[in-house]
Amino acid sequence: MSMHTVHTTEIEEQIPGTYIFDGEAAMKGYALNKMCYSFNNAENRAEFLKDEDAYCRKYGLTDEQRKAICERNVLAMIHAGGCIYYLAKFAGIFGLNVQDVGAQQRGITVDAFKKLIKSQGE
Amino acid sequence: MARIVGGLTTSHIPAIGNAVPREKELAHDPYWEEFFAAYPPAREWLDRVKPDVAILFYNDHGLNFFLNSMPTFAIGAAPEYRNADEGWGIPTVPPFKGDPKLSWHIINSVARENFDLTTCQEMLVDHGFSVPMQLFWPNHSYGNVRTIPVEINTVQHPLPSPARCFALGQAIGRAIESYPENVKVVVLGTGGLSHQLDGERAGFINKKFDLLCMDKIVNEPEVLTRYSIHDLVRDAGAQGAEFILWLAMRGVLSHKVRKIHSSYHVAISNTATGLLVLENAA
Repeated sequence: MSMHTVHTTEIEEQIPGTYIFDGEAAMKGYALNKMCYSFNNAENRAEFLKDEDAYCRKYGLTDEQRKAICERNVLAMIHAGGCIYYLAKFAGIFGLNVQDVGAQQRGITVDAFKKLIKSQGE
Repeated sequence: MARIVGGLTTSHIPAIGNAVPREKELAHDPYWEEFFAAYPPAREWLDRVKPDVAILFYNDHGLNFFLNSMPTFAIGAAPEYRNADEGWGIPTVPPFKGDPKLSWHIINSVARENFDLTTCQEMLVDHGFSVPMQLFWPNHSYGNVRTIPVEINTVQHPLPSPARCFALGQAIGRAIESYPENVKVVVLGTGGLSHQLDGERAGFINKKFDLLCMDKIVNEPEVLTRYSIHDLVRDAGAQGAEFILWLAMRGVLSHKVRKIHSSYHVAISNTATGLLVLENAA
């Protein structure tokens, strides 16, 4: 039985390109999010960079999560249960900010993303 | 008796935390000029009312709390609070003083009104707390203000509803007013306004909705408490649901308030920024 409530699914359908991080996503993404949470600590970030494979194994990532991390693919991480607040700490390791991450998910350049943001203020 | 002097709202984007130490040199920077120009009137108001205590409604973005145990409402009851680099090198700043005695008064008072808070004697505060403190008390001039963090879950759904957050604010307001010490309290709602960080809809901003919120929250906040969380996600973006933190702040204030100052700017980073200074009715 799915724990995904009808309501959440409906909302996601009503707002295309939006993912509600609910109980089902939180269970699915637990290992990935736990690894990203560990990046609050500088020593853990260094350990990840030293041996990415070993670090992902230590946190028990699923194949889907490991592939998304390997490809630095934020949308794939979200589909694998990632929560953006923790994923931002992963992105930070590579010096990427929320605009880089936003542009990647939209499939546009960072410059185009910045223009899009600004245009909504007009 | 304790007195609530008023409320402030501000966005708390990490990028601001990095820019704050360079505020003077950025005063004429095209990207930052308008944003920073909004803050001096708020600081002047604080200089005038001189609060002893600041209560901050904010959301933890995965620094102090993880999914292993995720409180809906948590309150600090510690003698001091520190920030951390959060994984991407946010500067650490001098610690913020706490006020455990008032924290416990609030905890006990609101429990009698059926708000059962998670109590934290140790609590790291993230940019949701530290950025507003730095904006309103620049150059780390917050040494004379005791702080109480009130953290509301915006990470994992279900999030508490706008109505519930407003009611929590009202209960905290009654708790403050029943505190026998002669202290002046300012309350902060941080976060927002519209923004979305995740999904193909990342970069969504809704100026029309933001301006409606900034208008209604002054003297008709009940209108906004009728929204559901999913309404906020739709109209303000996935992370724009942080507006519940503003509503919690507004609940603390008196029914009628006077708007001293406001500002709205699109955008810093991915976020429409909003600033409000509301003075409590005497």
